[in-house]
Amino acid sequence: MSDILSELEARRANARLGGGEARIEAHHAKGKLTARERIELLLDDGSFEEFDMFVTHRTTDFNMAATKPAGDGVVTGWGTINGRQVYVFSQDFTVFGGSLSETHAQKICKIMDMAMQNGAPVIGINDSGGARIQEGVASLAGYAEVFQRNIMASGVVPQISVIMGPCAGGAVYSPAMTDFIFMVKDTSYMFVTGPDVVKTVTNEVVTAEELGGASTHTKKSSVADGAFENDVEALIEIRRLFDFLPLSNRTAPPTRPFFDDPARVEESLDTLIPTNPNQPYDMKELIHKIADEGDFYEIQEDFAANIITGFVRLEGSTVGVVANQPLVLAGVLDIDSSRKAARFVRFCDAFEIPILTLVDVPGFLPGTSQEYGGVIKHGAKLLFAYGEATVPKVTVITRKAYGGAYDVMASKHLRGDFNYAWPTAQIAVMGAKGATEILYRSELGDPEKIAERTAEYEKNFANPFRAAERGFIDEVILPHSTRRRVCRAFASLRGKKLSNPWKKHDNIPL
Amino acid sequence: MFKKILIANRGEIACRVIKTARKMGIATVAVYSDADANALHVKMADEAVHIGPPPANQSYIVIDKIMEAIRQTGAEAVHPGYGFLSENPKFAAALEKEGVAFIGPPVGAIEAMGDKITSKKLAAEAGVSTVPGYMGLIEDADEAVKISHEIGYPVMIKASAGGGGKGMRIAWNDDEAREGFQSSKNEAASSFGDDRIFIEKFVTQPRHIEIQVLADTHGNTIYLNERECSIQRRNQKVVEEAPSPFLDAETRKAMGEQACALAAAVDYASAGTVEFIVDGDKNFYFLEMNTRLQVEHPVTELITGVDLVEQMIRVAAGEKLSLTQADIGINGWAIENRVYAEDPYRGFLPSIGRLTRYRPPAEARGADGIVRNDTGVYEGGEISMFYDPMIAKLCTWAPTRTDAIEVMRNALDSFELEGIGHNIPFLAAVMDHPKFISGDMTTAFIAEEYPDGFEGVTLDDTALRRIAAATVAMHRVAEIRRTRVTGRMGNHERRVGTDWVVSVDDAQFAVTIAADPKGADVRFADGAILRVESDWVPGQSLAVLSVGGETLILKTDKRTGGFRIRYRGADVTVRVMSPRQAELAALMPEKIAPDTSKMLLCPMPGLVVKIDVEEGQEVQEGQALCTIEAMKMENILRAEKKGKVSKINAGPGDSLAVDDVIMEFE
Repeated sequence: MSDILSELEARRANARLGGGEARIEAHHAKGKLTARERIELLLDDGSFEEFDMFVTHRTTDFNMAATKPAGDGVVTGWGTINGRQVYVFSQDFTVFGGSLSETHAQKICKIMDMAMQNGAPVIGINDSGGARIQEGVASLAGYAEVFQRNIMASGVVPQISVIMGPCAGGAVYSPAMTDFIFMVKDTSYMFVTGPDVVKTVTNEVVTAEELGGASTHTKKSSVADGAFENDVEALIEIRRLFDFLPLSNRTAPPTRPFFDDPARVEESLDTLIPTNPNQPYDMKELIHKIADEGDFYEIQEDFAANIITGFVRLEGSTVGVVANQPLVLAGVLDIDSSRKAARFVRFCDAFEIPILTLVDVPGFLPGTSQEYGGVIKHGAKLLFAYGEATVPKVTVITRKAYGGAYDVMASKHLRGDFNYAWPTAQIAVMGAKGATEILYRSELGDPEKIAERTAEYEKNFANPFRAAERGFIDEVILPHSTRRRVCRAFASLRGKKLSNPWKKHDNIPL
Repeated sequence: MFKKILIANRGEIACRVIKTARKMGIATVAVYSDADANALHVKMADEAVHIGPPPANQSYIVIDKIMEAIRQTGAEAVHPGYGFLSENPKFAAALEKEGVAFIGPPVGAIEAMGDKITSKKLAAEAGVSTVPGYMGLIEDADEAVKISHEIGYPVMIKASAGGGGKGMRIAWNDDEAREGFQSSKNEAASSFGDDRIFIEKFVTQPRHIEIQVLADTHGNTIYLNERECSIQRRNQKVVEEAPSPFLDAETRKAMGEQACALAAAVDYASAGTVEFIVDGDKNFYFLEMNTRLQVEHPVTELITGVDLVEQMIRVAAGEKLSLTQADIGINGWAIENRVYAEDPYRGFLPSIGRLTRYRPPAEARGADGIVRNDTGVYEGGEISMFYDPMIAKLCTWAPTRTDAIEVMRNALDSFELEGIGHNIPFLAAVMDHPKFISGDMTTAFIAEEYPDGFEGVTLDDTALRRIAAATVAMHRVAEIRRTRVTGRMGNHERRVGTDWVVSVDDAQFAVTIAADPKGADVRFADGAILRVESDWVPGQSLAVLSVGGETLILKTDKRTGGFRIRYRGADVTVRVMSPRQAELAALMPEKIAPDTSKMLLCPMPGLVVKIDVEEGQEVQEGQALCTIEAMKMENILRAEKKGKVSKINAGPGDSLAVDDVIMEFE
């Protein structure tokens, strides 16, 4: 009997070794942790339960039958993060370069199915050379099986991808369909076709890092939502993000004990808006001063910084924040910022996370590059996302809310629940100068008169009261009491029930 | 007594004066420029009068504007504070003419002391010890040698028009005097177009010690002991204390009596300060007299219990001093640290901007310690480029110097200031400097002890361990809170461990924590145990703990897997890891900071408003390089690191696209 028991241990030990000591060492030398080490850091100590440890591939072509490592290049299972359930897969680069085989895919599909059934998120750690070429179309089929599950799981359970090595070719499309992608600087890259193919086809010479490194995807392509210094930091931060997310669309966002007074007054916010309307200020200060304990988990920090997206907690509960950033491009809406914010709003809505919108927007960015790039349709994405969202929506206009951008930024007309404005708000079709130049075109030759008209317009329209008179602004609030007002607003919306008309699905302008 | 006074100043000193006036039941009038419309002194005063645009020469020092404010408000007296119009005889005369009292000395005294040469002559006549020297014109090198010889070496050979060390030589013998005279003369001629030279005794191991005097209009003059202000950076005082750790009672008395004699000689009436330079043998020489309230007056108030502003107001109202010399003693020890908006890590570059966080230590008054913070700012306020960069004067008092320093250390540790660069880390470093602690310092202290500027503080093992113990206890509390999140799997919760590895920058400690309801014992690998007790909860930026029975105050910010900790001038990153995490973290390669590009690229399409630097100019990290207007907003681009501008490719009015090269660096 003891022999039988010890054989299990022996088999397990063998499986845990993955591609063997030498490969593990080489892997470490590259500054990367192994698939299992990563899971250890991601999950609570001792909480990991593994599935399919002994699964092997079934290929015989190319003499593959000779090597059949237990687990087949991916470690799968479930565990907890701070006691909350999560399903994980972690590709093992030491086994066939982490390449995806039919059975490898089946293992991933199994935990994804479990996650969907049991209502818990999926975290995928990607570190794979791509398809297992020896398996041919069976490998491609494996990818597609995973893709299909990513699609079905979208909006049902949160899906997080962590790219911790190569992720190329068809493999990129699984992370691409998850909710968040995070990368590790210097050791991960993602692209549809690698530098060699790029050179052959387009004659472009580019390194893997330039083509698809963390910097490229966090700053240029916006494929990734964030990047970390190394594996350890990445996994610590994924745990932190996980604490903000609900387990599925069937459960409410998490709440945890908090040590911050919901009625905390921040006198300094009364002077946040500079006297000079053209002087920028940092909207993040407002976010930090509203949030519980100043804790803010930013998403896509390095991309389209003219809009800020991320998670905070109010009274211990998760709230998604979307805010124009006057420090960058005056907080203007453009193609990139609209796409970024639209996707974030839709994530929040899908998982019942209330949305706080902080508005200081001078309008949409003019210019040929924007129009040629389709700012009409991209801008519409954010409008659409806000309009369809049924979660509690609280909006605070701090300064400018001009033109169509006013409508877009979670206005009353898009079913905003609480629309607050600071006394410094200017809710108008456009700035005073532009408006007078159109309204008083005939007087343009007389600068004195125009100045007078501008001042008059400013006095009459550059304020929140025109909107408040119509009920488009529910109340004009003092900046220092913003946290209290916002907390109370969300508290009052805990019972909100709102649904959209039945449809198969909408047709958001993609 | 006056019913209403106007304070012709701004910032902390205006607030300081308002406080005393309020205590005396006198109404106050503030004046303010555009930049100060929301300033604290405006909020504190009963009335406020706008006097013009931000630059002081268009507002605070325009006599007519102040006079107009007086007429408007009917103020009966004016307190000038320090700087601005405080030592301007024309202002005092203008007030006199209008029949408004000047809360300061008579015009004659201001004039007499305002001129360096006159004041020195008057001092000598009044029997005040002055630096031996020759003030007449020196014809040639031979005469220079003769004079130097008479004065006694070492001597300082100085250009009359001099400043900033130019045209200045120190000579220790005849040869050096001859050579020094010639080179000073040449340098003076080329730098100032004025080759007049004078020679005076060079004071070795100089300390700056000044005597506070107080005189009334009835002929009474007393001195309120000394202040030592030797810790200076480029003639800007940084740390002051009273009494001086250097003076003995005899010297103090001699200095005090000479100071009073000088004050009496010019019919002084009000608070004033006689500055001396004191050498290593306690020889003291008159430098100058400041005919106003000094910045550092609080340390005198703390050891004498006299409210100097109140005394000034009473004297100005014609009252007789109620204090005699016998009433003035020395009670305990007081230290002042000037908190400046200057970034010590960037060559003390002035820093301007918004105070996103401003939480000075709580003012406290007890038998074993006092914390006093004279300030003119508030959280959310702005440090503007128009005025001096002083944010606050943090003062502490205790029965002994050692205790006063310790109270100061904790006060600095509790001082939360964010949004701008400031010198709190530097001040903390000075408070821990052995030379300062021993009291053995000269005016060259900063130049000698920090020749290459300030690069932060390296903590010793004891401090590192205390931080490790504190942060592991804090981390544990934070982690336990995380396990209380909703939605967890019942009966399968995470248990927060007891074994941790704490890294404080490069130092690593393996510890075991045993918590109980009151606190926790943190045991180190060598068996040493530090007891940690605190009410800290996650999110509090200031952690006040008791570690090993002693107070530990840490400024904390959350960082991945730990904290950023600021303590005693050090700024460290702490990571609290499970043993397994630490083991795996050790496998992570150390990353070399990427070489930041040597070009400044335009981050957005926009218009160049102005270029703040020139080709060939050295720039400090964070220094403004140029301003780009985009979407009608002005964006200031700053240097990412220290360097030298080699080429500028754009000028004001240029329209730039994204990634256009604005300037290049060497």
